Amino acid sequence: MNAIKFLIAAYLATWVIHGAYIGTLVSRFSKLRQRMRDLETRK
Amino acid sequence: MKRLFPILAVTAAILLVYASYRALRIAPTDALQGDVYRIIYYHVPSAWTAFLLFFINFIASVQYLSRAKPSTRVAANWIVIAVGVVGGIAPFVPRVEHLLPPGMLPSSVATTFLLIPVFYFVLGKLFPGERMDMLAVTGAEVGVVFCTIVLVTGPIWARPVWGIWWAPGDIRLTSTLVLWLIYVSYLLLRRFSSSAQTQMLAAALAVFGALDVPLVYLSIWYFRTQHPQPVIGGSGSMDPRMLHTLLLSWTAFLCFAFLLCWSRFRLEILSRQVEEAQALESLVGARASNSPSMPLGRSSR
Repeated sequence: MNAIKFLIAAYLATWVIHGAYIGTLVSRFSKLRQRMRDLETRK
Repeated sequence: MKRLFPILAVTAAILLVYASYRALRIAPTDALQGDVYRIIYYHVPSAWTAFLLFFINFIASVQYLSRAKPSTRVAANWIVIAVGVVGGIAPFVPRVEHLLPPGMLPSSVATTFLLIPVFYFVLGKLFPGERMDMLAVTGAEVGVVFCTIVLVTGPIWARPVWGIWWAPGDIRLTSTLVLWLIYVSYLLLRRFSSSAQTQMLAAALAVFGALDVPLVYLSIWYFRTQHPQPVIGGSGSMDPRMLHTLLLSWTAFLCFAFLLCWSRFRLEILSRQVEEAQALESLVGARASNSPSMPLGRSSR
């Protein structure tokens, strides 16, 4: 029964890592879009 | 292409849910390890996906380096063709065949070598110019994510099965950690170096880093390790339901990795567009600030 905890931990860890990476991608996208908008408005 | 993204995202989501359902419900329980063995359905596909992404990074880096001069490009093309031809034939030569570990099929080795020129020329056509460098960084970054999952799920699986989190000195574990460190250093080099030679240096590092991939893969074939021997193509065997679930899980992870790469590639395009726009703005700003001094300069002559 204790082994199930490890199985759940492994599956959860996988999706936490993927979620964190997707989060960084979204954050970088929004920062770059904002910077692009700023540059366009300065023109 | 933008319309294709949501379709692929839905397909990947359905595949991932179904693969996870099969992994947890349909695949039979392992006689020795019990249910904890089901970590294999995330651990192994993540490792295979990471290897594939590092391979793409390697091909893209070789392409990028070879484009420095027309002569190196021609030489690289011929070297890649030679590697494909020799690697495709050599495993069937008896003297070479007996060097292969037991259970490794010569056809699978030959196929791997034949894929090198195929990937090299297809990627060369699909990603012209700077896009090849963008592909290299995309492959490395997404590959590091999958390699991180391998390094996290591996010890979680090892603890209940081996009784330890990590086996120090085990060649498979150590070489995987070294592989991860190489690609993390590659990404750090790209992130923090502002030299004009960064892309070239990173490509050279990637070529040497990729040499660790066959070492990681072959370590369990040639050495006795704490890590289990290969169950596919090796001396072990697998229940067909387990094998189908594993392959389905890999397909799902490949679809997901493709979506991540797509997003990361678009991010790289946007990042370079912003850099170009900033450079242009600073150039225009510098010209504007210099222009009033021009009449003064002329009058002083």
